[in-house]
Amino acid sequence: MSDHDYRPKSKVGQWFNDRLPLLTLANHLTDYPTPKNLNYWWTFGGILTFCLITQIITGLTLAMHYIAHADMAFESVEHIMRDVNYGWLIRYIHANGASMFFLAVYIHIFRSLFYGSYKAPREIIWIIGIIIYLLMMAAAFMGYVLPWGQMSFWGATVITNLFSAIPLVGEGIVTWLWGGYSVDNPTLTRFFTLHYLIPFLILGLVVLHIWALHVPGNNNPVGIDIKKPSKDTVPFHPYIVIKDGFALLMFMIVFAFFVFYAPNILGHADNYIEANPMVTPAHIVPEWYLLPFYAILRSVPDKLLGVVAMLSAILILAVLPWLDTSKIRSAVFRPLYKQFYWILVADVLILGYVGAMPAEGLYLLIARVATAYYFLHFLVILPVLGFKEKTLPVPLSITEPVLGGSPNLAAARNKESKIE
Amino acid sequence: MSEKKTKRRDFLFTATTAVGAVGAAAVVWPMIDQMNPDASVKALASTEVDVSALTPGNTLTVLWRGKPVFIRRRTQEEIDEARKVKMEDLIHPEKDEDRAKNPEWLVMLGVCTHLGCVPLNDKGDYNGWFCPCHGSHYDTSGRIRKGPAPLNMEVPKYEFVNANTIKIG
Repeated sequence: MSDHDYRPKSKVGQWFNDRLPLLTLANHLTDYPTPKNLNYWWTFGGILTFCLITQIITGLTLAMHYIAHADMAFESVEHIMRDVNYGWLIRYIHANGASMFFLAVYIHIFRSLFYGSYKAPREIIWIIGIIIYLLMMAAAFMGYVLPWGQMSFWGATVITNLFSAIPLVGEGIVTWLWGGYSVDNPTLTRFFTLHYLIPFLILGLVVLHIWALHVPGNNNPVGIDIKKPSKDTVPFHPYIVIKDGFALLMFMIVFAFFVFYAPNILGHADNYIEANPMVTPAHIVPEWYLLPFYAILRSVPDKLLGVVAMLSAILILAVLPWLDTSKIRSAVFRPLYKQFYWILVADVLILGYVGAMPAEGLYLLIARVATAYYFLHFLVILPVLGFKEKTLPVPLSITEPVLGGSPNLAAARNKESKIE
Repeated sequence: MSEKKTKRRDFLFTATTAVGAVGAAAVVWPMIDQMNPDASVKALASTEVDVSALTPGNTLTVLWRGKPVFIRRRTQEEIDEARKVKMEDLIHPEKDEDRAKNPEWLVMLGVCTHLGCVPLNDKGDYNGWFCPCHGSHYDTSGRIRKGPAPLNMEVPKYEFVNANTIKIG
């Protein structure tokens, strides 16, 4: 940020900004120098902000009609669907909004993986992002419990029981989480409270995420450090604002398709049956966005180790900046990493698929191979690749390849400085 | 002289921090403990079940502390099958004699010890129960034989109040 000092034009603005630098902050949404080669994969930050705000607004309005009590929760959701004015719309936006949120966050994460956005000096941005992702999963899980259907109840039972795998204190922790000897009303009321709280924690972390981003500035598809401001940058407004806005519009079309044409396609029919502690549905599956981790959990035949593997699969991402030993950020210049990247994408999709299938026979075998590969990618392939891989030459600036890409670096540098 | 003063100060620091820590813990504990089962939950500690209508080969499922309890009136074949199993074949070795004091009656929590689902009756590779969630197989004594569950289904405290009534808890 030091190479981009902002000072308001008006006297009043300067007076205010000297006392509270709010306008400097606002300036990050206007003049802020942004790499000019950002592609559409970079628009998902804005889309995610939209998703968070949507979830908070629809969530607040749903909370005005929802009753967090085991005897009334299921009925109150049906009441929202049938009686409350536009209740069906608000609930469908909220329920599908969670899926859209995860869709966007997965694209956002995989974009970082492809372009090496997690590498120095952006490790803190990345780690904050992983914490946000964990909180999103917690919020989504607890939100899914609130309608108090069969999937709500048994999903809550299975997930809270993960803690019982902890030696010695596990059972005590589960009883403490439940507030009883099974998932029941005390569990529901506390989940509602936490489900209400978490989005605001996420909001706070998003502010930190963006703050941390604005220290080094955006990474870019070429993955090189750029001077700011320079001919490699464009002001955030109007260039990025318009691009983000257009991408958001496209995203909203997909969102609206689910809300209006297939509002239940991502849900599970069993959740329209009220919670019954006596009967477990024949086939329990979590929401689609948790399936890869669910597959990892089930692929390990030991209870404790299964839980450990599942948690490691998520937490391993937090140390990714140190597991990837390559100095080159963007996969564009890493021919081998690029291939392994796509294998990882396929691996996670396969895990997601087998996570939705029964844990037996061929599915179980595939899940085990895919789980092993997932850890192999992060723990072996990435660290080794940094040393073994022959990377392609990286351009000196974003403009360089366009201005001729002369093999003579000195000539290219000379050319650039003339233009500047 | 100065050394003596430092020691006095150190003591005061340590004492203040220690008292402060105890005070903080005393405030935090109620906030944590309020989430544990409350008095009204604990009050539902026992339940009585009439089992007179249950014929051999059938299972009655009742709710106790929010969890299902299986009361199985076993047939002679089921008892024989459960009793002839060798201890070394078991993941969690328990004798059937210890699990069902009265061999005809098997009373246990209908909760899979893996992640808490309710196993299905008369299913699985061992003619006992099968958990649909993650594929654990239990035998006719409710013992884990195959799958991710680490333990046998738990036998709660229960007693026959009279010939037709079981008191659980």
